[in-house]
Amino acid sequence: MNLFLDATRAVLIFGAIMTLVPMLVLAERRVSALIQNRVGPNRVGPMGLLQPLADVLKLLFKEEITPARSDRVLYTLGPLLAFAPAALAFAVIPVGRGLEVAEISFGALFVITATSLGVYGISFGGWASNSKYSLLGALRSSAQIISYEIAMGLALVSVLMTAGTLNLSEIVVRQSHLFEWNIFRQPLAFIIFYTAAFAENNRLPFDLPECETELVGGYHTEYSSMKFAMYFLGEYIAMIVMSAFTVSLFLGGWNPGFALPEGALWTAVSVGVFSVKLLAVLFFYIWVRWTLPRFRYDQLMQLGWKGLVPLALANIVITGIIVTLWDSLTGS
Amino acid sequence: MKTPSTPATPPANARAVDNPERPTGWAKWKFFLYIPAVLKGLSNTFLHLIKAKGHKTFTIQYPEVKRPVRPGYRGEHRLKKDAQGREKCVACFMCQTVCPALCIRIVAEEAPWNDRDKRPKIFEIDMLRCIYCGMCEEACPCDAIELTEKFNVVSTSRAEKIYDKEKLLSN
Repeated sequence: MNLFLDATRAVLIFGAIMTLVPMLVLAERRVSALIQNRVGPNRVGPMGLLQPLADVLKLLFKEEITPARSDRVLYTLGPLLAFAPAALAFAVIPVGRGLEVAEISFGALFVITATSLGVYGISFGGWASNSKYSLLGALRSSAQIISYEIAMGLALVSVLMTAGTLNLSEIVVRQSHLFEWNIFRQPLAFIIFYTAAFAENNRLPFDLPECETELVGGYHTEYSSMKFAMYFLGEYIAMIVMSAFTVSLFLGGWNPGFALPEGALWTAVSVGVFSVKLLAVLFFYIWVRWTLPRFRYDQLMQLGWKGLVPLALANIVITGIIVTLWDSLTGS
Repeated sequence: MKTPSTPATPPANARAVDNPERPTGWAKWKFFLYIPAVLKGLSNTFLHLIKAKGHKTFTIQYPEVKRPVRPGYRGEHRLKKDAQGREKCVACFMCQTVCPALCIRIVAEEAPWNDRDKRPKIFEIDMLRCIYCGMCEEACPCDAIELTEKFNVVSTSRAEKIYDKEKLLSN
């Protein structure tokens, strides 16, 4: 029975993400159009709402091309590895009160581990394509994700120090009141974490692995049809997961800012609150993408190593001092 | 013999540490002071997004809304008719002669009326060749051919693109 409940939750949450991805693509196109004073796709279905369906059908019917001298095994493995770990990470994220696929004691660590596995998909794809553009994209991706992962991990550490636990569900529970949200306790960590999240997801202004102006399509230059769709899907799922992680860590997760009363109705409310926060964070992703230009490669590295990493380290030291002082003062 | 002068700018392969214009001290960290600029950019794009401050959508949704045509626009051709409903053209071949794209084909026949000798039996314009220069319009002594403002020149076959007399008269 328990297993059945877990499976139902897994299917429901996975289904929700897979539905969110096409809507996110549509939102991306419509918001970019509005920002650029255009209209965007509005012809397929009412208000263009069926555009994602048309996009998916188009991708399905495209010809599948494998470059002649590519590494077949890695070439096929790449898109799968970009897609699967990203979806995996969602398992520990509480989407509502007591609603997560798995509550594990090291949830925060699990998310950051699973999402960083995504770089293998990109590297494999870039290497196996046997193309200069793809290889350069893959190299940039590896360098970028490794650099920003450090900043992200360090920002996470300071949050974990104030939270006192690695259990993601527990971290969310401890942010029940508005001023207990970690964005107010750890504003600097939030900025570092969110910036690094952009780099981790290869989103503008850090989309150097893709970089259509220099590298055609970067690591997925040679990909077509469903394999390309898998990369696309993986990228957007990684974005959703990272947003959900940000919401859980910093924005109080499913907490509306006050203590929720007991009851199934309020649990449903908590899911709604989580969704609203998730969509707001995702909107910010899109908004930033259509505002900022791409960083130059050395600027990217400079920001990562000279900016975010020292700041995150300093933040850990300050947090450590404050936490120790607080504990000794309150005597706990 | 001229000695090669030293270049004013460092060569492209110079390392960053050799660059005399490399920022030092506080200036090195100016790079990180772009956060106000980022916020300004974000607010600007948001104003575009919600169409505040007089921003508006520039897209003309074509099949439903057509762009206004400027005066003097040269679109598809038309053969004009006179007061009695006859075509004005007298098959003088002026337009066919002047046409730089050689897209007009006229075959003349004797006119059944007393005020002119000839009229076109066949008057065809190959719209695939036409460059819409308007020379035919200028050359015409009877003011019988003119370019309209129709710009959506579409068809599903090449044969349809050769406009005959009836099509041009009704254009």
